Amino acid sequence: MHIVVCVKQTPAGSVPVDAATGRPKLDAIQWGINPFDEYAVEEALRIKERVAGSHVSVVSVGPARAEEAIRAALSLGCDDGFLVSDAAFDGSDPNATGYLLSLAVKKTAEVKGPVHLVLCGKQTSDVGAGQVGLALGAWLDWPAAAFVRKIPTIDETKAVVDRMMEDGVDAIELQLPAVVSVVKEINEPRLPSLKGKMAAKKAPVAKWGIAELSADASGVGANSPTTELKTSAPPPRGAGIKVPGATPQEKAAFLVQKFKELKVI
Amino acid sequence: MDYGLTEQQQEIVNIARQIAQKKMRPVREHYDKTEEFPWPIIEEFKRADLLGAYLPEAYGGLDGGVFELVLVGEELSRVCAGIGLSVATSALCAIPILYYGTPEQRKRWLPDLASGKKLGAFTITEPGAGSDATSTKATAKLDGDHYVLNGVKNFCSTGKAAELYVVFASTNPGRGARGISAFVVEKGTPGFSFGKKEEKMGIRASWTYELVFENCRIPKDNLLYKEGYGLFVAQSTFDSSRPGIGAQAIGIAQGALDETMSYVRQRKQFGVPVASFQAIQHMLADAATSIEAGRSLLYATTRAMDKDNKPAIDKAIAENKIVYDVMKELDTRRWTKESGMCKVFCSDAAMKVTVDCVQMCGGIGYMRDFPVEKYMRDAKITQIYEGTNQIQRNEIGMMLIKEAASHAKELAAA
Repeated sequence: MHIVVCVKQTPAGSVPVDAATGRPKLDAIQWGINPFDEYAVEEALRIKERVAGSHVSVVSVGPARAEEAIRAALSLGCDDGFLVSDAAFDGSDPNATGYLLSLAVKKTAEVKGPVHLVLCGKQTSDVGAGQVGLALGAWLDWPAAAFVRKIPTIDETKAVVDRMMEDGVDAIELQLPAVVSVVKEINEPRLPSLKGKMAAKKAPVAKWGIAELSADASGVGANSPTTELKTSAPPPRGAGIKVPGATPQEKAAFLVQKFKELKVI
Repeated sequence: MDYGLTEQQQEIVNIARQIAQKKMRPVREHYDKTEEFPWPIIEEFKRADLLGAYLPEAYGGLDGGVFELVLVGEELSRVCAGIGLSVATSALCAIPILYYGTPEQRKRWLPDLASGKKLGAFTITEPGAGSDATSTKATAKLDGDHYVLNGVKNFCSTGKAAELYVVFASTNPGRGARGISAFVVEKGTPGFSFGKKEEKMGIRASWTYELVFENCRIPKDNLLYKEGYGLFVAQSTFDSSRPGIGAQAIGIAQGALDETMSYVRQRKQFGVPVASFQAIQHMLADAATSIEAGRSLLYATTRAMDKDNKPAIDKAIAENKIVYDVMKELDTRRWTKESGMCKVFCSDAAMKVTVDCVQMCGGIGYMRDFPVEKYMRDAKITQIYEGTNQIQRNEIGMMLIKEAASHAKELAAA
């Protein structure tokens, strides 16, 4: 079967914030695969190992440097990489990203054969909207399941997936092709192999822009429907209150008094 | 310091470091305590292609040399030298096969060692033959198409876990040192069994076993090179493997210093971090200086060594010859002196650094809950195995005298 994994390149560590603009300073930071997408890559590779003759394509929407995230996925054992990149796509919101990915999935099917399953991480570590997987499902008009923590059975026509809910787990049968976004409970991602790493450095990664995808520019990039009102750093945490008192009784009495002041009790 | 690694060498370091940090660090205490064999981590090494980093591409390796072996050993030992040791013992089995094996023998054994499908071990020590390998008592008697092995080998690192063993036994006890020969013995050969499992001070995640040979019949084709060449095979193998012990030692020292650095910066006494005391700073400075000096010696030596040996290896593979024969053709030099220097300097540095690290951490440094004392226990073996540091100094001294004598002779002739 043909599996497409969607990965985003996100900051690999903490990111400093520009105090003046409230925006993250991205010039000198390290980048990596979005940690949630690493589980999607791992699950794709495990399905590839389970279902003989499977093929895994990696797709990323992002600037030129996002190619590194694709190569990182290739070094783990994915077969082909495709970068969706165009100045017109910069600043796309989750809905627009879902649209661009849907075009990329269709294009991947054209070059590598019909797609049976699309895997995504449940959200990104930077924007964290958690909407792209489902938006992609909607744009493709395929069944989609989010928060999947296990794929107990799968073949080219259908899959049973366990979806995590607040009150338990739903077992869902999906007709394929479908889009599934996964949570970190689903597996433990592998580390790359040296041979994989060296091969991935040389692997061709095709770049698809607005022309290659025949994309409609009216709703992507700066034209995305989402409007950003303000960006700011999280407020700094204030100093805490030290609970005075030499004995547990004194400390407790202080706390009770404080709770009463705050009208907690 | 930037040592100018190639892209592939940098990747080797990165991946070894990731495995060490993500996979080994959480379990090193468990294996140190239980002395179980770390099979799940071996799987990680296999999957990452780490076990073949130093072997030619023709056998599934990454076409590196001793330098690559050193890079892997250093990174793994920085977290746990015991778990990392299986890479070094496999190399100690692969190196004599690479240098002295026929093309058929290389093809037969090296791919499995490169992929990690099989671990390797090397066993020369006997109850009565340690530094003095000439007093080897194990025998190998030719009987038709087979050699019949009898005797006991002890302190075999990665014993029982390994599938392939390079074993030294005398084919001609009357000839003493020149009667010893090297063989490859596969686990499961009838007559080959495992005796006592040693309980050790350090490197406890690595198994150390006694090997017992009782009328163990191995095919004649398992002889490495020629009868009587065993000690030479062993000694020249050590030329390539001793830097690996140096790397282990530098990794141990660096790991201990890493832990100590973070501790002394946060530990406060008299109201200030203990790192602010000059007494501590001087110990840190000495530790870091000797680590960097050891690393520089190791890297420089193994790079020069690879530059020298690689053409012979490549030529032997291309022309279907034994590597050692090609080395003789090309007049490739031996590296006994420099590899001994690497081992002595780095292992002595590791011992000093780890003892000092325990000292700098004070009471907590002595406790099992804190990782620094383990580095000190692990460091000790690097001064002992693959030739004690005393034997290394003998060899270095002997080489110096030989070099001076031949230089004097050249001058006299000129």
